[in-house]
Amino acid sequence: MDIVSNQQRKKIHPHKFTMWVAIGSIVMMFAGLTSAFIVKSNQTNWVPVEIPVVFWISTAVIIISSLTVQLALRSFKQREMNQYRMFIGVTLLLGVAFVILQWLGFQDLWAQKITFKGAGAGQFLYVIFGLHAIHVIGGVIALIVMFIKAFAGKTKLYSAVPIEVAAIYWHFVDALWIYLLLFFIIIGGK
Amino acid sequence: MDLWIVSMALFVVSSLLGGLNYISTILNLRTKGMSMTRLPLTIWAMFFTAVLGVLSFPVLLSGLILLLFDRNLGTSFYLSDIVVNGEILPNEGGSAILFQHLFWFLGHPEVYIILLPAMGMVSEILSVNSRKPIFGYMAMLGSLFAITILAFLVWAHHMFVTGLNPFLGSIFVLLTLLIAVPSAIKVFNWLTTLWRGNIRFTPATLFAIGFVSLFISGGLTGIFLGNSTIDIHLHDTMFVVAHFHIVMGVASFFGMFAGVYHWFPKMFGRYLNSTLGYIHFWVTMIGSYLIFWPMHYQGLAGIPRRYLDKRGWVSFNDFPELDKMITIVSIIVFAMQLMFVFNFIYSIFKGRKVTSTNPWGANTLEWTTPIRPGHGNWPGEIPEVHRWPYDYSKDGREFIPQTEPIGENESKH
Ligand SMILES: [Cu+2]
Repeated sequence: MDIVSNQQRKKIHPHKFTMWVAIGSIVMMFAGLTSAFIVKSNQTNWVPVEIPVVFWISTAVIIISSLTVQLALRSFKQREMNQYRMFIGVTLLLGVAFVILQWLGFQDLWAQKITFKGAGAGQFLYVIFGLHAIHVIGGVIALIVMFIKAFAGKTKLYSAVPIEVAAIYWHFVDALWIYLLLFFIIIGGK
Repeated sequence: MDLWIVSMALFVVSSLLGGLNYISTILNLRTKGMSMTRLPLTIWAMFFTAVLGVLSFPVLLSGLILLLFDRNLGTSFYLSDIVVNGEILPNEGGSAILFQHLFWFLGHPEVYIILLPAMGMVSEILSVNSRKPIFGYMAMLGSLFAITILAFLVWAHHMFVTGLNPFLGSIFVLLTLLIAVPSAIKVFNWLTTLWRGNIRFTPATLFAIGFVSLFISGGLTGIFLGNSTIDIHLHDTMFVVAHFHIVMGVASFFGMFAGVYHWFPKMFGRYLNSTLGYIHFWVTMIGSYLIFWPMHYQGLAGIPRRYLDKRGWVSFNDFPELDKMITIVSIIVFAMQLMFVFNFIYSIFKGRKVTSTNPWGANTLEWTTPIRPGHGNWPGEIPEVHRWPYDYSKDGREFIPQTEPIGENESKH
């Protein structure tokens, strides 16, 4: 295995690369859903939806969390382990907050009598935002693992790769969220 | 049905994870000296297969998620004005065509997900067994790449008669017929690889040649079906059944069989029984053509597909004797496959033992491992690669493995 790893020093780490391909795959899934949305929105009896204000707050939360995860990565690389622990913790809290805010947004919509009945923007919103939230929850689980590892200081952590991979993913769900929100406002909004 | 959807979703996720592994292994974890243009074509084919899967399966998944919502939570993405057992479902405003789009966006690439690995294995096996370099290695890569790209742009050729805009249809006709170009390049290269070769007719070689034959037959009828106008007559007839069973079903199976016969000694350290292999090949080859060739005529005559019993409708009941013949041959060909399964299991335990590491005289790395490889495949260091895998009959030598350094006076290929 030595030959292989020596050769790789110059190239992108396979784990990071795999993450990028996986992101391509997730992008295709959301591309499928949003193109289904576009097709349906051009048909008769399409019902647009007004985006609840909560989703704007969650947008702010996830953008800040993207910043903090980057700061966590930076402090890890500078071996500032206390700072790293703090930033990873803050990112984790923001991630959980984001998921809760999404849930509140869904409740808000439900209270406006937008249920699963029909096939308008509201129903697509539940599916697409819900699926996005599941991807965020996946990221939160990864953050929990990293958080525990950061405190269980038995083994010293040297490789920054796992954190870089997690950071790439976290920025991705952030960017994906901004895309989805803009998409709903521009194409599905009132 | 819901369980089926969930199992499909699990299947999608697992094939995605597998595809990720293939892609990053091939791009990031090659051994020293193994540049991309030194990869065996089998590996290239696996790579493009993985790319197809990673990019097209998620779209099916999104289609399945919407379907789960429709079935269980009362949304109407697809359903509209449906009557089940005399009762009208409450769903309103859905579009079934939407599901077709999402489904066929995977559906067409899926055909190549099945076929490309067979193409890769056939390229390798034909080269090894005709003792000649593969003809047009770069053209093989280019055509694999072209097929991968085009595979994403042709899905609506399955939907010509759904009320699709005819203008849109004409674009899909053009893109579909374009696939004939890389396919023809591949067929040409396989035939020229065989041409004047020192061919060893092992069961693997025969199945690989059979694959080429079936791919030509099935590919040609694809040109018929890719035309939206002819499709008005041919859609939903036995012609379609004949086309895709030959090109996607039987051809892929032949590629797979070729691979099994070729790599069985590597997998189990024993050979498959060749006599049974020859019987398996000839009966399956002749049988497949006897089963599917007549279906083209049935289809042209307007016999629809998916009917269990055509006796109730006089105009569909034109060929009862032909149907009888097809049924009998199908049973015989199926029995042959059971014989193959027997051969497979029997040979794992009782087959003739492999005595050398490289029984076919092949150049690729798997034949440099011990007959029974341990964990990590090679006991010591991973071997270094110095050349492409197709140096056969070069400078008076029958084959030169990839691990051998380039000699001083060696000619360039
Ligand atoms: Cu197709």
